[in-house]
Amino acid sequence: MAKEEKRQQIEDLITDYVHCIDDDRLEEWPAFFTEDAKYQIISRESFDQGLPVGIMYCESRGMLEDRVFALRRANIYEPHSYRHMISATKILDSSNGEYRVQTNYHVVRIMQEGTVSVFSTGKYLDRIVFEEGRPKFKERLVVFDSRRVDTLLVIPI
Amino acid sequence: MMKPQISPLIEEQEAPFTWPEGGLTRVPYRVFSDPEIFALEQVRIFRGPVWNFLCLEVEIPNAGDFKTTHVGETPVIVVRDRDGRINAMVNRCAHKGSLVCLERRGNRKALTCVYHSWSYDLKGDLTGVAFRNGINQKGGMPKDFDLAAHGLEKLRVNTFCGLVFGTFSDETEPIEDYLGEKMRANITRVLGKPVRILGTHSQLLNNNWKLYAENLRDAYHATLLHLFYTTFKINRLDMEGGIVLDDTGRHAISYSKQGTFTKEAPEYREKEIHSVRSDAKLAGPELLETWPEFESGVTHAIQSIFPTLGIQMTLNSLAIRAFVPRGIHQSELSWTYLGYEDDDEEKTRMRIRQSNLTGASGYVSLEDGCIGGFVERGIVGDTDGQAVLEMGGSEVATLEGSRATETSVRGFWKEYRHLMGY
Repeated sequence: MAKEEKRQQIEDLITDYVHCIDDDRLEEWPAFFTEDAKYQIISRESFDQGLPVGIMYCESRGMLEDRVFALRRANIYEPHSYRHMISATKILDSSNGEYRVQTNYHVVRIMQEGTVSVFSTGKYLDRIVFEEGRPKFKERLVVFDSRRVDTLLVIPI
Repeated sequence: MMKPQISPLIEEQEAPFTWPEGGLTRVPYRVFSDPEIFALEQVRIFRGPVWNFLCLEVEIPNAGDFKTTHVGETPVIVVRDRDGRINAMVNRCAHKGSLVCLERRGNRKALTCVYHSWSYDLKGDLTGVAFRNGINQKGGMPKDFDLAAHGLEKLRVNTFCGLVFGTFSDETEPIEDYLGEKMRANITRVLGKPVRILGTHSQLLNNNWKLYAENLRDAYHATLLHLFYTTFKINRLDMEGGIVLDDTGRHAISYSKQGTFTKEAPEYREKEIHSVRSDAKLAGPELLETWPEFESGVTHAIQSIFPTLGIQMTLNSLAIRAFVPRGIHQSELSWTYLGYEDDDEEKTRMRIRQSNLTGASGYVSLEDGCIGGFVERGIVGDTDGQAVLEMGGSEVATLEGSRATETSVRGFWKEYRHLMGY
């Protein structure tokens, strides 16, 4: 596959991902990842210090599915949605079919009662592989800039 | 150390505040919104005979290491001195009140204010004033200017099991006595050997600090609001457990033993309770992979130390929860996750996976982030209404064998009223 085509597919993956979340199609979220993928939301402060614990951590597609199950059926919170804005995607390097990629993001949170606020800013640090010609996240680190989360975080970023 | 005047706020109030009838079974909503009460708390609670949590010793291991934090709304510096002692002082320059330390953490040989370069040693004593003798024999401070009278206001520091506390009051008893035997025992169990920090973040709560203080002590809500606990049988009121209070009732531990769950209590099936799916299974059960870390069989223990410290043991996820007021209607809750220095890789991995249970996204704690805000929005403008705390009766007492009680919440208010003079 040509390099430009790969780049386009990677960008589409990252775009489709944020649309999936913003459009509340969260049941499709785990399929963006490989079976044994790692997904972590971690503060920049902890990430820069090399600390292993952030605020959300999945190391399998099963754990991703449980996050969706819990937010639909087990957790209690005020209804809200996200609107992501993402920067252009930068491919940092690639080797052995694995692409290391960075995209910056802002997430605005919109509460059902009307409040709109900048909820989180940060960067996606991804390792993307191709399975049967389709790109998937083998690892997605969501490194958020401020150590402070307003109220709670239940919808994945 | 200059003692602040306790201002006669109660006497000067236009609508003087008195606690309603009903003693500890009633909490007037006004305490969550009244600016004069909030100001009085800064004096009577945070500058009172209490030990305020400042930081962990492991956060400031080396000479010159400092961290900035708050006691109530007062900005504070905690610093490791050259002789290994930990000092704490108000982060307020004696000159004109500027913050002296701007960063959250760092390492300094001296504490120098950026405004006019007034410099303090690591004890908080003033050692240098720029242009003290003027320039070319003109200007400068008066000859009798006494450096010793213009140091940073100091707090007394006590440590216990690596927890660093500060107090403004000369009356505060030593930390061991303040905690009491039962609280010391649990802290020693959780923090009795060298720890390392696994991660940290904080949560802005849109509620008065006391609403979180209540929440932390409240075993009643835990398995009803946090359905994940109940659904996946991590913590339920039909498991063996109890509430342990110290002699004053101001500190509490709520605990349970997962291994003792045998049969769902019929009370959980009452129709008023949100339906708990008892057939639910995790697609990623490795989340709850655990080992019996503490001999007693206790698998869940949330400890509250008055006024604003929580120590968490949820399976093998150990954490410090420390909260500070951010104005009347907000507070900031800091989460610091811990492991032990001697953890192997497998234990660390289990702790990492279990960290999903708590924190700002915690499966069993995220609701605490919003529930205080729901109370704030529910009681807005209500200066006469009261909360009703009769679960488990009206007493403040240790209760073994059941956690269907609000005794530990009443214990918080008992100490609060005592210190505030209500």
